[in-house]
Amino acid sequence: MSRDRSIRRGQALAGWTFVSPTLVVLGLFLAVPVAMALWVSFTDWNGRGSPFASGIGFVGADNYRELVGEQGGLTRSDFMTSLRNNFFYVLLVVPLQTAFALFLALVLNQRLLKAVGFFRTAFYFPSVVSSVAISLVFLFLFSGTGVVNSMLDAIGIDGPTWFNDSRGLFHLLGDGLGLWSTADPPSALTGSGVLGLTWWQWISGPSVALSVIIMLVVWTTAGTFMLMFLAALQDLPVEVEEAARIDGAGAWGVFRNVTLPHLRPTMLLVTTLGLIGTWQVFDQVYVMTQGGPGKSTLTPAYLSYSYAFDNQKWGIAAAMAFVLFLIIFAMTSFQRFLFRDRDAIATKRAEKRTKKAHANAPAGGAS
Amino acid sequence: MSTTSSPSAKPMVRDRTALWLFLGYAVLLFFAFVYLYPFLVQVTTSFKTNTDAVANPLSLVPDPFSTGAYGELAEKDFPLWFRNSVIVTVLVTAGRVFLCSLAGYALARIKFRGRGAVFTAILAVMAVPGVILLIPKFLVLNYLGIYNTWPALVLPLLVDAAGVFIMKQFFETIPESVEEAARIDGASTFRIFWSVVLPMARPALILLTILSFQGSWNELPHFLVASQDPDLFTLTKGVGTLTSGQLGSGKQYPISMAAALLMTIPVAIVFFVFQKYLVRGGTAGAEKG
Repeated sequence: MSRDRSIRRGQALAGWTFVSPTLVVLGLFLAVPVAMALWVSFTDWNGRGSPFASGIGFVGADNYRELVGEQGGLTRSDFMTSLRNNFFYVLLVVPLQTAFALFLALVLNQRLLKAVGFFRTAFYFPSVVSSVAISLVFLFLFSGTGVVNSMLDAIGIDGPTWFNDSRGLFHLLGDGLGLWSTADPPSALTGSGVLGLTWWQWISGPSVALSVIIMLVVWTTAGTFMLMFLAALQDLPVEVEEAARIDGAGAWGVFRNVTLPHLRPTMLLVTTLGLIGTWQVFDQVYVMTQGGPGKSTLTPAYLSYSYAFDNQKWGIAAAMAFVLFLIIFAMTSFQRFLFRDRDAIATKRAEKRTKKAHANAPAGGAS
Repeated sequence: MSTTSSPSAKPMVRDRTALWLFLGYAVLLFFAFVYLYPFLVQVTTSFKTNTDAVANPLSLVPDPFSTGAYGELAEKDFPLWFRNSVIVTVLVTAGRVFLCSLAGYALARIKFRGRGAVFTAILAVMAVPGVILLIPKFLVLNYLGIYNTWPALVLPLLVDAAGVFIMKQFFETIPESVEEAARIDGASTFRIFWSVVLPMARPALILLTILSFQGSWNELPHFLVASQDPDLFTLTKGVGTLTSGQLGSGKQYPISMAAALLMTIPVAIVFFVFQKYLVRGGTAGAEKG
């Protein structure tokens, strides 16, 4: 009994020793700064001296009110524009990069395929390259007379001047479908709005310039996520898939009932990392567009940085960061909830299917 | 049809497999082009003159061939930024791989009071947008008196919550029976971690090494706020300001392509060295053999 206790005590000591460096670094450079930022978000600190000095004005929730309230004016419309941009960015990037990564992993995981190493290297390579370097390359590729426009030109398409084009994709799409004219938008949408932007502005979709960043990010990050999917796929013993085949499952059946359930934890990891990452897009905006053209690539992260370091509005910048934090927290919680729910449903379904498959197997055979 | 009729079914199956393979190759070759072409453009453009780069963006042959862009970079602070980036990245990667595995192992395997709380805290940290730390990170670094120093560049990057998460996930897949034997032999927890479990975690360690190297080499926002001393500029910060400042919105394409290429080479080397460890079937082969 006393031996048990001493083992337990030894374990506790080891456990805390193992996690303590992590806790110290995260505490000092994450928890403490977050607390400081929270304080700053309730002050009118202008960046000079200590934010705890006696002369610093405590302004309550004024900074937050300026972001979302009626008196916000330009600050509010800037912030809402950045949220809108980032929302459309997340809406496109997360599903695209997840689906694309899974697709590449599945294609690469075919057993008889040769030169897998070459292709995997090619797809993963951009993931390890500095985002600044990639941004520079894309600045050249998508410049007005750059590589992409020259290619489009070759097949008779007059490409846009990507980084100078603030037109929203959904606006253009609606125009193309004959829903509205971008030159003369419907007054029902332009006449009213909410939170400092008109309805017309809210539904713009990502701008042409932002879509270049979307393409860049999907192109870049798909490789990392592809590797995660590949690792998970390779954990799935070939024998299991073969057994399912022999039991009479088709390729699609194997994918749905064996492969996909096996990938669920990886899927959760990939989409969680995707959501957290996409709401923080900063580097590409900093290097490529600085929020332009027409504020159409402004994101909360970049806006917060520039309000603090360029305009010395530290309180508002910190408040922006906290609103962004709440958004990310809400999105990832919601997504975890969705996954858990689906997990239970999927297990039940899989059980049912297995029963059915067993019932059918003797009669059905290969199909 | 029962399985006894397989002789007639087999050629069909083979045909279908061949079709899938063909489609697979077609898809892969297309995307390989999409992925490699930008780098080809980058390399060739870095040897062009700016006039040539703007006039013939598609051409993969510099005309005339020029190393002018590299000469200009060598005259700027580029070599200094390069050295700084190497130092920071090596320190951060070594620290992260070690500390994240330690913490990941503790959270996965060691039973201690408060483990759940620690893990929750780390999950919460993962959800904290790094960019909200830009403002206060500067304050903390300044308060500690290390703003504008090497520790300011390195220390805050030493631990990555996502890395801890990845390692924990991996350690949970290792059967506990592996450790039992060593524990009965009286090995200490650190010894079990270091000599028994860690060698088995090789795939995860390699993944974490690649991710850490990539992460610290790519890092831009942290360096933007951790120092302002030009002697402490890293590549990302230096090149970022190079293109927007000295070069006028990055319009000197050969120079920006050359800078981008040079900052890609070290990660490319690390990547190709580690690449071979990621080959499929290291364990599957052992099972069958």
